[in-house]
Amino acid sequence: MTTQATGKPLDRVDGRLKVTGAARFTAEWDVPNLAYGAVVSSAIAHGAVRSLDVSAARKAPGVLAVLTYENAPRLQPIPEKIGETQFRGEGGITETLQPLQTAAIEYAGQPLAVVVADTHERARYAATLVRVAYEERPPQLAMAAARRKTLPEMFLGNNKEKLQVTVGEPKSALAAAPVKVEQVYESAITHHNPIEQLATIARWEKRGGADFLTLYDTTRGLEVLQEVMATSLGLPKESVHVICPFIGGAFGAKGWLYAPPLLTAMAARAVGRPVKIEWRRQDMFAVAGQRAATRQTLALGATRDGNITALQHNTQTHSSLSSGFTEPCARLTRMLYAVPNIGFVHQLSHLHLPSPCPMRGPGETVGGWALECAIDELATELNLDPVELRLRNYAEKNPETGKPWSSKNLRQCYARGKALIGWDARNPQPRSMREGTQLIGYGMATTMYPAGRREAQARATIFADGRALVQSATHELGNGAYTIFRQISADALSLPVERVRFELGDSALPSAPTTGGSTTTATVGPAAQAAARAALEALKNLAISDPASPLSGAAPTAIEAREGRLALKANPARGEEYGAILRRAKLPSVVATGGAKPGEEKEKYSFYSFGAVFAQVRVDEASGSIRVARLCAVYDVGRLMNPKTAHSQIIGGMAMGVGATLMEATHYDPRNGRAVVRNLADYHVPSCADTPDMQVEWLNIPDPHISELGARGIGEIGCVGTPAAITNAVFHATGQRLRSLPLTPDKLMRA
Amino acid sequence: MHPFQYQRADSADQAVAAVAKTPGATFIAGGTSHVDLMKEDVHHPSLLVDVSALPLKQIAAFEGGVRIGAGVSNTAAAYHPDIQAKYAAVSEALLAGASVQIRNMASMAGNPLQRTRCPYFRDPAQACNKREPGSGCAAIGGYNHVHALFGASAACVATHPSDLAVALAALDARVQTLGPRGPRTIAFPELHRLPGNTPHLDTVLEHGELITAIDLPAFAGRSHYLKVRERASYAYALVSCAVALEMDGPTIRRARVALGGVAHKPWRVGPAEALLAGQLPTEQLFQAAAKAAFADAQPLEHNAYKIPMGRNLLVRALLETSGLQPLQGPAGTAFAASVGGVAGQLATPR
Repeated sequence: MTTQATGKPLDRVDGRLKVTGAARFTAEWDVPNLAYGAVVSSAIAHGAVRSLDVSAARKAPGVLAVLTYENAPRLQPIPEKIGETQFRGEGGITETLQPLQTAAIEYAGQPLAVVVADTHERARYAATLVRVAYEERPPQLAMAAARRKTLPEMFLGNNKEKLQVTVGEPKSALAAAPVKVEQVYESAITHHNPIEQLATIARWEKRGGADFLTLYDTTRGLEVLQEVMATSLGLPKESVHVICPFIGGAFGAKGWLYAPPLLTAMAARAVGRPVKIEWRRQDMFAVAGQRAATRQTLALGATRDGNITALQHNTQTHSSLSSGFTEPCARLTRMLYAVPNIGFVHQLSHLHLPSPCPMRGPGETVGGWALECAIDELATELNLDPVELRLRNYAEKNPETGKPWSSKNLRQCYARGKALIGWDARNPQPRSMREGTQLIGYGMATTMYPAGRREAQARATIFADGRALVQSATHELGNGAYTIFRQISADALSLPVERVRFELGDSALPSAPTTGGSTTTATVGPAAQAAARAALEALKNLAISDPASPLSGAAPTAIEAREGRLALKANPARGEEYGAILRRAKLPSVVATGGAKPGEEKEKYSFYSFGAVFAQVRVDEASGSIRVARLCAVYDVGRLMNPKTAHSQIIGGMAMGVGATLMEATHYDPRNGRAVVRNLADYHVPSCADTPDMQVEWLNIPDPHISELGARGIGEIGCVGTPAAITNAVFHATGQRLRSLPLTPDKLMRA
Repeated sequence: MHPFQYQRADSADQAVAAVAKTPGATFIAGGTSHVDLMKEDVHHPSLLVDVSALPLKQIAAFEGGVRIGAGVSNTAAAYHPDIQAKYAAVSEALLAGASVQIRNMASMAGNPLQRTRCPYFRDPAQACNKREPGSGCAAIGGYNHVHALFGASAACVATHPSDLAVALAALDARVQTLGPRGPRTIAFPELHRLPGNTPHLDTVLEHGELITAIDLPAFAGRSHYLKVRERASYAYALVSCAVALEMDGPTIRRARVALGGVAHKPWRVGPAEALLAGQLPTEQLFQAAAKAAFADAQPLEHNAYKIPMGRNLLVRALLETSGLQPLQGPAGTAFAASVGGVAGQLATPR
């Protein structure tokens, strides 16, 4: 066996490309004869375009075309479903409003026109010359007062994720409970704000007499985008090619909203030249998706000795007029504790605001925050240690489905986390610890993330020079995909990592799903293994049937791959290097594809990752300023593929958790629905000065059921849990329960 | 961005003449704020006269104080030993503002001339009398979390965003200018205007009037700047406060206090200053001064939190400046100025 590459802290294989600027991001592709689009967007949130005066823009220097709903081509509607994912309707993932199809306006920032010019600057300037007259109607902007409120049945059409659920009798159990906590928790609208803004380059050409579209797009869903574009533009799927080898962060954006690529493709078709549209940061607050605000009511009933008997979690959230996306806030509620009576409701208000979409732990981050804060409040009510309360309600199996966990070692996470932060050394009394002018507090929370796995394909090529290439249409979001898939492929090929490359980011490669929901390692990893093994089988067959090979005539099962050689298991000296087999056969390479998908284990077990997050905070009460002094977290995420990239991913998630807790919020004008936070000076993400040292550990216990790799995804679990740990620590420091995210300084001044 | 002309000035006289004769012309130095506003379709200058190469980059002793050339970078001024030692509030205000990259570009004259962070000003689709006189003020009745408590008008409730300006106001800095009608000196607290009915005018500078230097008068007391913000670095002040105390033995001989983030200009609080003069420094006195400083505050719907926050901040600034309470970090650094400090454990538990 070659020394295993997985599990080793390999440096990021695309690191050099990135720091030297050689990694090509979407807006950077050099496409000949490129024209540039600039978008005019709606100033109002509700109403219609009465008239668009584009005469000045058309006459501006360099302008090639101005597209509006009056002259843009008609699009076919967004499909009902793609794969298993519900697109349209209540609980669906995307907006059905397509750009430039109607005069109607449903949110401020909705694209109304594209100005195409020969330079970026000319396009931008001409866009300022477009005059729009509006038929303005009062927008609906408040969740409680919304005219259209719905109760979506399922999240994304997944019948395993119902949004209105009652297990047991939560109502009567609550009424009968001797100890109760009922509180309302609110969270603000937030935005993903990856550093790379949205961009698309669209190029049309004729191939075999038919239209063919090449798209360079900031997408983490190559195939879904290919299908949406094909459907909307009335093309066969094979006539759309999507390319995206690098993404500058997504965090839930860049997957499920399609106005940017549709506008670019329409503009390129109109001018008969390739067109690029790069979106401004301001636009990211309208067309890139967001996390909707939530108002969550948590009611817990418990016995005096801390057995939780009832849990009711009612969420009010919102979407746009044309999207049914529903922040699934009960994801922890439904499975985290052994509670016999659980109920949850998700009510969706349709507002004249931009469409939401998944963001950094959709549901888990803010829904888990509310649950884990309520649990902390219950611990206070019961005068129990918050960890002890959680242990008393430890779920040995999934309380909703009754299925056993694939693997769960959460008790170890709690124990180790307590030791790391020094939990037992604190004075548990709220408002009892102080340093100078600052109050000190400790808090903790449980974290989890569903460990999904989907189907994927890959292709492996072994070359005559002994190197190999593995490919799959997955994505590199900055998370380390290139690195870990190279490691996984190298192990499966029994080659050193230096001799293996991994390619992704191209819809022409073997199929892989959208990168999201922390599923990519568990999805694409097994596919890469399958392809690698298929290629080795092909190579074996070549050797066996070659009389000149030392393996000639051997049984395939008697041969194994080891350190770049095929050899007899029983006699490793008898064998030869991969390249020798190919060179003798005068073949440049051997190629094979392979695929992998979850099997019946998916029905047998409940797959989740777990963890415990502990926070220490310093609160300057006089000014309302909260700083995180320490974060200690212990995760049970299966076997790690690469502890270095995993550490980066986890601490990045935890930093996002700090942002979600302390500062991130997008406000909209309460009358006209325009975002009044529209740039990174006003939308605060954590700076280094906000980010403490984070002590992160993992149990590294392989999940025996998820796949042979034993690895669950780690994309989002770092963000979940951190907000409740910090909020609970603020209570311990101050004695104040803050129940509205983010905990900006004004919140403590009002408390 | 709208098309514009650009020219680089070789002398201050030439720069002044070029702007004065061209309607819509403006000076540009670091451009850290101005270029953003051009890209955001808020500023549409016809001509940019670049003054960044003018020989206005000296920091020198002057009449017992310090003269800072208009073109000195924020970074150079902040770390100048005389300024850090004698005018700690100036260094603290500079270093608690923006980011290193911006401070390296931004000039000392440009910093106090940056325009409001009112989000309605920065969005051409919103009503804003400062951006477009007569269009109205959407912040009144809108989202006014960061807006003014003092001196606002029915036309404008914006605040001034500069940290530096607050420190300069407390220290009674003087602004040297060269205008079409020759040079003049403006007392810093008189540089910025209240909005009244003409909020589009931030300052008393005339078209074509160029700041050439900022003078810090002789000062033998202690000064200090404190700032509350929504993240620990690279964020504008919700409320800030600059204090300059001159002592006569144990007694406060003269106190000057300016508040930031609460008005259209750095807000000197005369009544609080009067209360402090001639008194022995005590927490009680400082509480009384803080109460007086905010007595006339007129909150809007979303910014009343600034009143208790500002009072607490002022008390702390006075305690720390007078030595009754230790500074949170070395004088003249961002650590002294940043309320709450940075994330992580305290380097030296207090």
